[in-house]
Amino acid sequence: MTKKKTDKKKVAKKKTAKKATKKVAKKTTKKMTKSSTKKKSVKGLVFDYDPAPESSAIITFKKKYDLFIGGKFVAPESGKYMTSINPATTESLARFAVASEKDVDTAVKAARKAYQTSWSKLSGAERGKYLYRIARILQERAREFAVLETMDGGKPIKESRDVDIPLAAAHFFYYAGWADKLEYAFPGKKVSSIGVCGQIIPWNFPLLMAAWKIAPALAAGNTIVIKPAEQTPLTALLLAEVCQEAELPEGVVNIITGAGETGAAIVNHKDVNKIAFTGSTAVGKLIAKSIAKTNKKLTLELGGKSANIIFEDAALDQAVEGIINGIYFNQGHVCCAGSRLLVEESVRDVVLKKLKKRMSTLRVGNPLDKNTDVGAINSKEQYDQITKMVAAGKKEGGEFYQAECSLPRKGYFHAPSYFAHQSASSLISRVEVFGPVLSISSFRTPDEAITKANDTNYGLAAGIWSEKGSKIHKTAGSLKAGIIWANTYNKFDPTSPFGGYFESGYGREGGLQGLHPYLEIK
Amino acid sequence: MKVVKTVKLYIGGQFVRTESGRSYSFNKPGTENQYMRLCQASRKDFRNAVEICRNSVSSWSSRSAYNRSQILYRMAEMCEGKRLEFSTIFKDCLDVTNDRAEKMVDEAIDSFVYYAGFCDKYQQISGSVNPVNGPFHNFTTPEPVGMTALIDSDEFNFGSLIDNICSILVGGNAMVVLLGSGCPAILAPLAEIFATSDLPSGVINLLTGHLDELKQFIATHREVRSVSFQNEREDVFFDMKEASIDNMKRMVPRHKNVKSLDNILNFVEYKTVWHPIGY
Amino acid sequence: MASVSVRMPGGSKITIPHYPIDMIGANERASTFTKRSIKKESKLDALYTAITMTDLTTLEGADTPGKVEQLCGKAIHPVPDQFMQELQRLAPSRTIRPIPHVGAICVYPEQVPIAARCLEGSGVELASVATAFPAGQLPLDIKLRDVKRAVKFGATEIDMVIDRGAFLRGDFQKVFDEIVAVKDVCEDNAHLKVILETGELKTYDNVRLASWMAMEAGADFIKTSTGKVAPAATMPVTLIMLQAIWDYYQETGIKIGMKPAGGIRTAKQAVHYLVMVNEVLGSDWLHPTMFRFGASSLLNDLLRQIFKQYSGQYYYDDIFSLD
Repeated sequence: MTKKKTDKKKVAKKKTAKKATKKVAKKTTKKMTKSSTKKKSVKGLVFDYDPAPESSAIITFKKKYDLFIGGKFVAPESGKYMTSINPATTESLARFAVASEKDVDTAVKAARKAYQTSWSKLSGAERGKYLYRIARILQERAREFAVLETMDGGKPIKESRDVDIPLAAAHFFYYAGWADKLEYAFPGKKVSSIGVCGQIIPWNFPLLMAAWKIAPALAAGNTIVIKPAEQTPLTALLLAEVCQEAELPEGVVNIITGAGETGAAIVNHKDVNKIAFTGSTAVGKLIAKSIAKTNKKLTLELGGKSANIIFEDAALDQAVEGIINGIYFNQGHVCCAGSRLLVEESVRDVVLKKLKKRMSTLRVGNPLDKNTDVGAINSKEQYDQITKMVAAGKKEGGEFYQAECSLPRKGYFHAPSYFAHQSASSLISRVEVFGPVLSISSFRTPDEAITKANDTNYGLAAGIWSEKGSKIHKTAGSLKAGIIWANTYNKFDPTSPFGGYFESGYGREGGLQGLHPYLEIK
Repeated sequence: MKVVKTVKLYIGGQFVRTESGRSYSFNKPGTENQYMRLCQASRKDFRNAVEICRNSVSSWSSRSAYNRSQILYRMAEMCEGKRLEFSTIFKDCLDVTNDRAEKMVDEAIDSFVYYAGFCDKYQQISGSVNPVNGPFHNFTTPEPVGMTALIDSDEFNFGSLIDNICSILVGGNAMVVLLGSGCPAILAPLAEIFATSDLPSGVINLLTGHLDELKQFIATHREVRSVSFQNEREDVFFDMKEASIDNMKRMVPRHKNVKSLDNILNFVEYKTVWHPIGY
Repeated sequence: MASVSVRMPGGSKITIPHYPIDMIGANERASTFTKRSIKKESKLDALYTAITMTDLTTLEGADTPGKVEQLCGKAIHPVPDQFMQELQRLAPSRTIRPIPHVGAICVYPEQVPIAARCLEGSGVELASVATAFPAGQLPLDIKLRDVKRAVKFGATEIDMVIDRGAFLRGDFQKVFDEIVAVKDVCEDNAHLKVILETGELKTYDNVRLASWMAMEAGADFIKTSTGKVAPAATMPVTLIMLQAIWDYYQETGIKIGMKPAGGIRTAKQAVHYLVMVNEVLGSDWLHPTMFRFGASSLLNDLLRQIFKQYSGQYYYDDIFSLD
């Protein structure tokens, strides 16, 4: 490095000389006047992109959305409904049912009946065919799902269109093929389904999380009762229609809506054999505690404070993309977000400079606009939570930077931000913000980077940026995290197991390993 | 006159007395005859063991699979060398026939050998290369879960004890073992096996003591990443499971599997690594 | 690829820093620009700007003075006035901006005299490929004579090729010296565009290194391709070069221009490139003095899209003259 630095100095010296000669050259007379004008600063095109909103005409909202139990939409026993809002406009989108304990019981009974009478009687091949059908219908109705996902959750249409919906379909495709091949997944073992699975999913990737939960459960031969988040129930309810369209036997998939109490009723129902939850660590622990004294199986995908490590020998421009993708993808509402940037001191300044430049090109605004990079914060609660933490972070000192961008007047929007020069013990560098807020610190040696990266109760993901192969492998091996993205970040695939160490949860979703939690293996 | 010895705890490769200065008597079954005295490990002893143990995880997990395999096989050899000592203890303490005692040693040796052979294979069986939809190399490998506490059964079974120890050991984990009340007298020869088979010190720590006294500390100690609960007392298991949720320990309930890949996989975490493929 | 040292004329040494590129990451980033949706006025702005940035090119063995004359005519006046009147009739409520002339004509040195005559006073630049285009496999003195002739005939821009053979065998000094020498010949009479022929350099690391070397050696523009080697310009390769230009600007305060050439045939592609320039370098580069397209068939598609944009009607492929 010292060598590199002195070289830089030399170059810089030479540069000034060169600049000077260019200036001199400019003053000398030229035959071609043109080339002299070229050296002058010119005013180029100011290229502002006109709004390019995706039409929402494709969505027909129902007056109200009921519970999907036993293959039919049924009104909640209590007659209670909640409202789902569009966080980008704060306008109400639709009313949806609140499932009571009694409704949950009806749903579990429907799932049990389906498990006993139809689903467990089907061959794996037949189960697979249903899953393939669902996958295909999802693809064919992709636009509808994408627009609805964006309206309900505030994520940019380009993400729901290019990431959430295609990946959801891919998950169904992937696990469809496993349904009749389970004996190859665990050679030498006898595998069987578990029974009725209760699944509770979060608001950050509503349809995708539903797919992650439903596809492996059904492939393994289980039936399910699933509850989408109360902030974002609509795509799951549209998925209920897809189940009908696919003629899935009634009761195999039951989709019920409601808030925490509904979730608790699922978790605590006596006839549920397995609980799968994705969400906050706090709620995950509550769930674990409430079923600790039972033999219910449990998988949890919880929070994280994942480190994104940039070494000095990284491909810096791509690393900067990795930072952006790591923390500003989906407004930072990503459990595996690269929320702690650790950058080697020798390249710290250049990385920050590039990062700022890159942040200036992020377009924050109407999620339905195809050019929007950062959409709306999912809900008022989350918005308040983020702003509260940012305010607390500012009090702790350090450098706070926010991308210069105009935010829409209505709706919950938060500009992409970072904190630099904060102490490792600061709130922002330790606690999950779940928003577009990055914490930046530096390190001097690989060992220091690894120690800092592992200095957390979580262990979900980590990023490593280096063009040196052996360094990548050494670092990847030393990081305590379930997913390591080396020279990339926030990549997801149905074949790739996802899940964390320690307080980031139990179990894996995706891939062959993702079958494990949904099977009895003997 | 017979000299009655007090068996010390085995912590960090050293035989140490409990810091609490407490010991208890272990009698031959069905008699009042004191066979030996045992240290009654305190919560501080447990904490000290965890401290040392967690620092030893990397010294063990960073060993090559081949080397781990060699060391486990060495344990089998050392166990064979202590056959007489073990079988004598079993006959004395458990009131079993010579044949049965010999058989128990055989089972333990078989377990060491079985798991020695797994050290460089479980990764190949349980790991995977995942064909992701994009220009990325993506692979999943099992990694050690970390520091583990093993709560041994009170119904002594040498074969299963070794099976459980090896299950944890194979994957690169380190452990603190609370021996059951069935035959704690094996602590000394067992520790000697570990002390003389090139296992880094601190990887296996052996305690004697009372589960009821220690369960809460084991369940709540944040450095303990996983608990293999092989004791019969289901109520204690559920209590510990509930108490362990604050740091989300992996709780492995009592099972009867012996010589099984599944036992190893109870103590691994899957790590998935992505890397682009390009020039 | 490690960092590379070359001697400047006068003997001082400079180091071209090693700057690795991850291919997959670069490709991904480049593809994000193609996902921008450019509509309405911003699209019209882009289409018009793209015309002013086009280096209308003919580089064939079969080139004749007649062909070059026609091309120059089209460069100065891409659309007959009658067409514009027709367009106004179709879009009576719109103020239709006049179609500008293109950025430059790009021809072989042999065609420069005729092109110079045709373009005189038009404002259209006259670019000539030189230095034993396209292979660059001749001795330096011949290359320099090639350049001198082109400049003497009236070329205002020289598109030189680097010696890729020398580059690939590690003789960076030769590559560097040749650019310096050509720059010297161009002096202030002609702008120097340095063609890297990225399709032969293959790796992005090479493209980055060659870009930096060309800028250090005095290039006014760096250019992707001759158009004779596939692949010619691609979005990712152009991205790598744009990022090099940005970094060079950050270090020296000097703004270098960029010219992707070959393979850009549609207005849609051109708009994607402009989006990329906009987001990597910014407005200062969205000007024909800083950015050019080397293309032959692009112009007609730009015109077609402009007509469509005003009239709402789709046009025949062959409504505009071939050249």
